[in-house]
Amino acid sequence: MDTQTLTYLFVGATFALYIGIAIWSRAGSTKEYYVASGGVHPIANGMATGADWMSAASFISMAGIISFVGRDGAVYLMGWTGGYVLLAMCLAPYLRKFGKFTVPDFVGERYYSQTARLVAVICVIFISFTYVAGQMRGVGIVFSRYLEVDINLGVLIGMAIVFFYAVLGGMKGITYTQVAQYCVMIVAYMIPAIFISIMVTGNPIPQLGFGGEITGTDTSLLDKLNQLSVELGFAEYTSGTKSTVDMFAITLALMVGTAGLPHVIVRFFTVPKVSDARLSAGYALLFIAILYTTAPAVASFARYNLINTVSNSEYQQLPEWFANWEKAGLLAWQDKNQDGRIQYLAGAPFAGAPTFAAETTGTSGERVVTNEPSGNGNELYVDRDIMVLANPEIAGLPGWVVALIAAGGLAAALSTAAGLLLVISTSISHDLLKSNLMPDISEKQELLAARVAAAVAIGVAGYFGINPPGFVAQVVAFAFGLAAASFFPAIIMGIFYKRMNKEGAIAGMLTGLIFTFSYIVYFKFINPTATADNWWFGISPEGIGSLGMVLNFVVSYVVAQVTAEPPEKIQHLVEDIRVPRGATGPAAAH
Amino acid sequence: MSTENRAAYWRANLKVLSVLIVIWFAVSYGAGILFVDALDTIKIGGFPLGFWFAQQGSIYTFVVLIFVYVWQMNKLDKQFDVHED
Repeated sequence: MDTQTLTYLFVGATFALYIGIAIWSRAGSTKEYYVASGGVHPIANGMATGADWMSAASFISMAGIISFVGRDGAVYLMGWTGGYVLLAMCLAPYLRKFGKFTVPDFVGERYYSQTARLVAVICVIFISFTYVAGQMRGVGIVFSRYLEVDINLGVLIGMAIVFFYAVLGGMKGITYTQVAQYCVMIVAYMIPAIFISIMVTGNPIPQLGFGGEITGTDTSLLDKLNQLSVELGFAEYTSGTKSTVDMFAITLALMVGTAGLPHVIVRFFTVPKVSDARLSAGYALLFIAILYTTAPAVASFARYNLINTVSNSEYQQLPEWFANWEKAGLLAWQDKNQDGRIQYLAGAPFAGAPTFAAETTGTSGERVVTNEPSGNGNELYVDRDIMVLANPEIAGLPGWVVALIAAGGLAAALSTAAGLLLVISTSISHDLLKSNLMPDISEKQELLAARVAAAVAIGVAGYFGINPPGFVAQVVAFAFGLAAASFFPAIIMGIFYKRMNKEGAIAGMLTGLIFTFSYIVYFKFINPTATADNWWFGISPEGIGSLGMVLNFVVSYVVAQVTAEPPEKIQHLVEDIRVPRGATGPAAAH
Repeated sequence: MSTENRAAYWRANLKVLSVLIVIWFAVSYGAGILFVDALDTIKIGGFPLGFWFAQQGSIYTFVVLIFVYVWQMNKLDKQFDVHED
């Protein structure tokens, strides 16, 4: 069977599996719909959290980014894992004990204020929508690359699948689908990684091969990579170019943002007990760490392979995968000095993505790039996604592995999209309608509202997937920055500082939000030409959430000192959530 | 359950928490960012040590930290008789 048929087969089989699970786990009550009845096993929840968390970006793009930035890539590796330590120790067990459905539920009740709840709802919806648009686009891209269907059709197919299991199954359907999706994506990621590791270093464990010696030599991979990078004019692979203060700020913003993302937090409402919430955070990070410790290894193997294969090689002697990915537009070569060989050096070969002349080929048989060449000697354009996507071919693996990568990429994008859509639908039906605007609706009506909201949210997400706003890449900074600057301090102080009152929390959240939002908007949109010299304290927009968080803490504390302390009832609530015993299912409070 | 017992449990909890958070900070922000260049002069296998902490070691430590926390807290829950069923 050819790769194309295998890919259809694999993707079709996984989709059938997801739909099967959705039908089996239909939600009948709001409790099932919002938190899967609070009955999910900690290991299952760990896997579901892993799939929920690892998006198309983690699966397809992360290794590629690290590959090109070297050590600086650690901001993503540490930033997107370290937050789980905070979650496990400072948030998850207490929020589980609190025992409601959503993050705005906690904020609204702990700060005895509908205003606080409303601020939280707005943040949730904004954060989740910015995040989900990219996921739908990811689904479309995987479809178009592997199944040769139009990107827009791919987005529509993805919408239909998510619609089916999110609207039907709610949190229960999503949870068990995500367990399956985790298994698909981790297998798809590990198989090529293991083979590439064997190919480059002879060690079947990528995490060890990463520090091993290149097969047949006594030079370590990283030393060789440093040497090659310097020879070609790049920075050393194992040293960084970002300033220490910015590394610190970005890592902190990503960690704290992770701990404050509503679609991650809400996963810990689905386990039966407080101790399960702690344990399942541990499993979640374990399952995430398998991919996150493999990714930097893959990054180094792929980078070595790329340099080794293409640098100064004759175009006509290159392996077949080069032409395949050139055809897909992810690689491009502009023979500036007309020597028929690829000069791969630091710097962009030309501005932007390549545009190709139709149907004509150059003297060596390459696709002709019509972009204006840049002044430097680099002739090669490489899309970073190729570092994961082309791995199976580079390692000479059979077609079914390529098919598996396609299924894995789709699993990663769909699972994250579903988790986000559920959070959006819940915050509309539960936080906005039931708790705010229409408190008298019955449970049946609330469930219907949740399903309608999910359907509408899928429509909106799909629209952004088909017509991506030009700023998708830039707005990801928003999601983390805003989560870090708004929820995280409010929740932490809600648990650890009994004296925190509504005035403090609202003032803090608004300060964090407005500050972070303005900083990002200013440097990304109003004045995009501003350079690092203009940043406050040398902190980039990606890292500014950490400063927003600090401001939030300070403002909350000061305002709380000069206003009345919270009512007795609230202080008892805080004492109560600090103790595990007596955790009830969310239904008891409903 | 008495108020003193609750308060003692909470203090014990904060103690466990602060030790683990200090380690969390030390491996990631310390070894992986602030002192990364100094540690890079030491080599472990093929890895410069700071680089290893930044891209591998900190993540392993995070996983271990959470499981240590789970174990410690389950012990505290029993000790102070606040565990669930």
